[in-house]
Parts: sequence; C-alpha cells; structure tokens
Amino acid sequence: MKILTFKGGIHPKYNKHLTEKIPITDLKAPEKLIFPLQQHIGAPCEPLVAVGDEVKLGQKIADSKAYVSAPIHASVSGKVVAIEPYLAPNGTKVMSIIVQNDGQDTVHESVVPKGDIASLTPQKIIEIVREAGIVGMGGAGFPTHVKLSPPPDKKIEYVIVNGAECEPYLTSDHRVMLESPEEIIYGLKAMMKVFGLNKGYIGIEDNKMDAIQKLKEYADKEKGIEIVVLKTKYPQGAEKQLIKVITGREVPSGGLPADVGAIVNNVDTCVSIARAIKTGMPLIRRIVTVSGSAVRNPANYAVRIGTPFKVLFEQSGGFVEEPAKIVMGGPMMGIAQFSLDVPVVKGTSGLLAFTAKEVELQPEKPCIRCGKCVEACPMNLLPVYMSAYAGNKDLEKAEAYNCADCVECGSCSYVCPSKRHLVQYIREAKQLILAQRKAK
Amino acid sequence: MINNRLVVSSSPHVRSDETISSIMFDVVLALCPALIAGAYYFGIRALLVTAVSVISCVAAEYIWQKLTKRSVTINDWSAVVTGILLAFNLPVTIPLWMPVIGGFFAIIVVKQFFGGLGQNFMNPALAARAFMLASWPVDMTRWVEPFTKLPLGNTADVVSTATPLAIIKGTEAVGQVSVSYLDLFMGNIGGCIGETSVIMLLLGGLYLIYKKVISWRIPVTFIATVAVFTFVFGKDGLFTGDPLYHILSGGLILGAFFMATDYASSPVTPKGQIIMGIGCGLITSIIRLYGGYPEGVSYSILIMNVATPLIDRYTAPVKFGEVKSRA
Repeated sequence: MKILTFKGGIHPKYNKHLTEKIPITDLKAPEKLIFPLQQHIGAPCEPLVAVGDEVKLGQKIADSKAYVSAPIHASVSGKVVAIEPYLAPNGTKVMSIIVQNDGQDTVHESVVPKGDIASLTPQKIIEIVREAGIVGMGGAGFPTHVKLSPPPDKKIEYVIVNGAECEPYLTSDHRVMLESPEEIIYGLKAMMKVFGLNKGYIGIEDNKMDAIQKLKEYADKEKGIEIVVLKTKYPQGAEKQLIKVITGREVPSGGLPADVGAIVNNVDTCVSIARAIKTGMPLIRRIVTVSGSAVRNPANYAVRIGTPFKVLFEQSGGFVEEPAKIVMGGPMMGIAQFSLDVPVVKGTSGLLAFTAKEVELQPEKPCIRCGKCVEACPMNLLPVYMSAYAGNKDLEKAEAYNCADCVECGSCSYVCPSKRHLVQYIREAKQLILAQRKAK
Repeated sequence: MINNRLVVSSSPHVRSDETISSIMFDVVLALCPALIAGAYYFGIRALLVTAVSVISCVAAEYIWQKLTKRSVTINDWSAVVTGILLAFNLPVTIPLWMPVIGGFFAIIVVKQFFGGLGQNFMNPALAARAFMLASWPVDMTRWVEPFTKLPLGNTADVVSTATPLAIIKGTEAVGQVSVSYLDLFMGNIGGCIGETSVIMLLLGGLYLIYKKVISWRIPVTFIATVAVFTFVFGKDGLFTGDPLYHILSGGLILGAFFMATDYASSPVTPKGQIIMGIGCGLITSIIRLYGGYPEGVSYSILIMNVATPLIDRYTAPVKFGEVKSRA
C-alpha cells in the first residue's frame, strides 16, 4: 500500500483513542437553541422569521442575497423567542435567532427528496447544496456552493474528500467514515457529477485503517473512487497539503485550490450533501467530538446546530476536574472559549476541555535559533524570522518573509522549545498585510 | 458548572514537551562519553578543569544577570554546555585560573554583551578559546601523552608532547612517528581534554542527531569536505592525501558535531547549514594544510559564525506555492 505524505509537519500526541471507538450517539435537542446568523465565511444572513413565529424542523430561518453566504435552518420545531446579539464561538456577539424547542420535531414542508444524482443537472445540485445551507464542515465554513461554482476558466479535475482529520483528539470525521460510508460516497458522486468527472478521491490518514477499509469496501462497488492513504502527520488535512499529496500540484501563493483544478470537501460535508439530495433535509446537525482530559466521558455526538456547548458537556458527565481551557475545534487550530453558553455551529468539529496541567501557559523564553520551526513549517517558510519581524511590527520585512503565505497551522509554535507564540505573531502580521493589500 | 475563569489564548493549545533546558541537557548528556574518555586518558585533572570551567560559566551568567537585574536563567543548562565545551578545548595541563577567565569571557563578553541566549554571533566557547590562545599561547598548547601523571596544581614542569596534527604538519617534534588510526579513533593521543576520542564524540553526536537536537547537515558536510579536500591536496601531489588521519585527529569531530552546530551562530535554513558545513570544512583544510597553525577547526567555525546572518538571508527555502499559476 502506497502511503503519501508532505514535507514538514509535526507529530503531536493524538489522543484519539479517547473517542475513536465510541459510536456516534444522538444528542437530545435542548429546550432552547441559538442560531447565529453568520456561521460561514462571507456575508451574514438576514432573519426570515420574526419573534413569536412558529418554525419547523428544516425550515429556512435566515438567508442572504449575497453570493458568498449560506442560509440557516431551524434544527428543531418550535417558536422564535428572540432575535438578538448572542455570544458566538469567535468570541464576539453575533445577531442570532433563538428558538424555543417544542419537542415535536415537526418537519417543514420544504423537506422532500430532491431526486437522485443521475436525474439532477449540475446546476440543480449546486442549487440544492446552497439551499441546504451547506458549508465546509472541517472548521473554516466556506460556503460549499461557491466551491462548486468556480470561475469558468478554472477547470476542476480533482474532487477530493478530506478524511485526514489530522487534528489531535478529534474523531468526528473518523466516526462519520465508519458509520456513513455510503453517504460520503454519494456526496462525492454528486460533486463529481457537478464537474462532469468520473474520478474522485478520498484522502485518509493511516491511523484510521478501519475507516480506510470501510470506505474501500464501498468505493469498490463504484467506479472511479480512489481511497488515498496518507501518512499520519499534522497538518495533512490542510487543504494545500492534501491537494499537493494527491495531485502533485501546489496551489500557487495567494491562489485557491481551483487554480490547480482541485476542490476539497470534508467528509461530513459530503454526508450533508447526500442528505440534502436524498431526503431534502438541510444542514441541521453535525458530528461533534467531546473530549479532553477534563471531560468525564469523552464521546462523539450527532448534535443539532444551535445546541449550547454546556449541553454537550453535561451529556458527557461533566468534568472530572475544573477545566482551565475550553476549545472549539482541535487543539492545534481551535478557538478558546470563555463561556459554555455558546452554541454549536456548522463548523464545530469538536469541543475539548483541558485541565490546568495540560494547558499551563509557559512563559516565553528567548529564541535560541534551533530552527525546529523551519523544519516543521509545511509551507516551507522561516517562522523564526517571520515572527521576529512580525513581533517588531516591521510589516515590510514580515511581508518579504512571506507572512501572507502562512496557513496558521501552528506547527511552529508547537515545536518551539522556547514556547514562543510564533503563529500568533505571524497571524497578526498576516492580517495587517492582507488588509494593506486590499486597501491598495 | 464552571466557577473559575477559563483561559483564552491563541492557538495552538498544545505544545511539545521539549524545552530549552531539555535540549541543553541532551547536549550535556551527549558530551558525557567524551568527558569520560578525557578523564580516562588525561586523569582526574581533566575533570577538575571541566568543573572549574563549568562553575565559572554558570557563575558568570548568574553574576551578570543579577547585576543587570535580569531574570536568572542558569537552570536552562546552556551555561553548563558552554563550560563543558570550553574545557573540552583546553589542554589538561592548563593552570586552573585560566578557565575561570575563559568562562567569564565566554559568558559575559561573547554571550551576554550581545543579548544573551540565542543572540551570540559566535560560539562562546570557541571565541573564549581563541581569546585564551592569543593571551597564553604556551599554556594553551602544552599537550601531554595520555596516562601522564599530573599534579592537580602547578603543571609547568610536565613533559609535553605533540598533537597528531602537529606531527604530520612537521611544525614540531620532528621525528615522532604519526599515530595509529586506532589510537586516534579511541583517543589515545595528545590533545585537548574533550577532542581526542572520536568514538566517544561520535556516540554523543549520533545521540544528538537521533534526538533531533541537531541535524546531520553541518557535521556530515563539514567532515566530508575535510575528507575530500585533504585527500585531493595531499603532501605528495594531487589525490595522495590521508583523509582518515585528518578526520580522526584534532578537533574536527568535536567541532563538527558540537561547536559548528551551535544554534545561535549557525544558519537555520537547510541549505544554509550545508553551506556552513562546507565552508567550515574548506577553511579547516586550508589552515591545516597551508596555514601557520596545525589545527583550523576553531577558526573555521568562528569565521563561518560571522557569515551566518548573510547565509541565512540568501538561502531561504522556496516557499510552498512559489510556482506559476496553471493558466
């Protein structure tokens, strides 16, 4: 078996054993759900309902006229009790629709099967994906229908499903691959149809051999679906690294995957596409891994979008000890949270609670120029110099050292023996540089 | 369910276990085999010189940081490494007050004056050695045969010998036969405390590569360059040299694995590290074959140290995506 990999990267402690063998369980929808009007990259949505309105399961409750955006649907049936700013995972307050669950799960009339791949046109598939509010579920939340509609001069040759799941702790994608292989392949085939391709790829790291076997089994029944086995190394699931490994092509600096004829979608995104077509049910649930050393019973849950974080932790038996840090997403790129009232959004792949011992903030020591960050950087950059210039706010030098090319994977900070916040400095400079470029 | 406040910080939220102290301690461990060899061949006085050197370096760091009201970082082991490396570059007969001066020079002048850990533009131990060699040329080159009985105090009267490189250079002790490869490999020869035992140094050097404390690039290219150069430019014409003798003698192995790889004063780019190794190898060979000194490892490293910022600037790796867009 050929195992592919990329240059650079790190081998963090994966800790996936905590949840990888635990089947997905449905989490009961809570009393009250919160739907932030922006759960994606792009324009925020406008509410389509008013306070006091009854909503049904799967009903579109917010949408936007902007192209780069994705509508939001009610994940339960019930009553809109408020539309107000509410704390979102990014730490800011975002206008949100708050729904009181009536516990009935009355399905909305719009939720009807949309047909099958063979009879649907590419345009129709893209429309279904958009109407279902599907966004990249690996975390970034880029609207999937936009990915599926590249500019006409970019011919897509590679449709890639990302099953790498290189972030430590997270096993939500792993469980999806084991439990919904058919739907993943259905979603992939729908995307292949959009681009008129007869070949598709699913990349999976070799620490998930059971998932590789399972998907191979199902892929063998189809034509043109290749399971690509990837070496377990962070950040193998980063879009550019995954594309490079599978296609041999490098997404040009500042470019998009479509520039090299590729698009990448997460496994759970494929499942959502399959369901949107087969049942008409829009994106109203996602798989969330609840794990970390402070969690009593780590698990994988199928969660209604809009469920507050605390409900997931309560379901997992609470905490074995007071958590010092709560992270949404993986420990390498996830976002630290300061409240458990925040709701699960479309990009919530995991919720991790760490003890003080695990996330003890060590003081920054001076850089000893060991060069470990240089070896670790998957983008072939020089974090040692980038972070030094970025830290000094020398944007000109920071740009010359390619801060704008950083993918913010955090490998440099991870390996740094001086515990310097390399990616944090670089990220700051990157944002300033990109803003400057935009202004020009 | 949560009473205390939660920590909110930028990702990543996990870090490797490696710290400055763990790396420096690995270097100390890697130097231990050679220290044992030094003590075996040159006696208890080798340990005494090393202890004096280490204590001086640590004391210098402590005193400087106290005086300048900085946080004291002697527990990061870096001053210990400098102390051991300095002692390894001294003859066992050195008067004991000299390593004290050398240690203070290394830590205060070479390291702290330029900003402390990670900021020194030269290897502190080597710069101190060059300073000591210029100041006390006789005491710094009084070599003894292994297993010579040495007093712990004044050593001015001991019978000195020549180093293997001095022998083939013919600068002194004409008539002494060059030593066997086996003695060179084991370290059963005259020389500095920590430089003679190739096998013990290799043991430590390979440990550092295995632990990923250093990369193979500098030591391998350094040693290979010396081998090629000394073979090509032999005494009896082209391609007649004795590269093995050159590799096994002098401070090459110590320098290549432990000194040229000093983080602060060597390049961080992969290409730069190869240039560093080749540069050190060329300068070492030229000094050994044509220079006034029998040995050139220290100076070659010091010269390449100074070139390091320039090397780094011109050897930045080609970034991911630095390709023409497929139009």
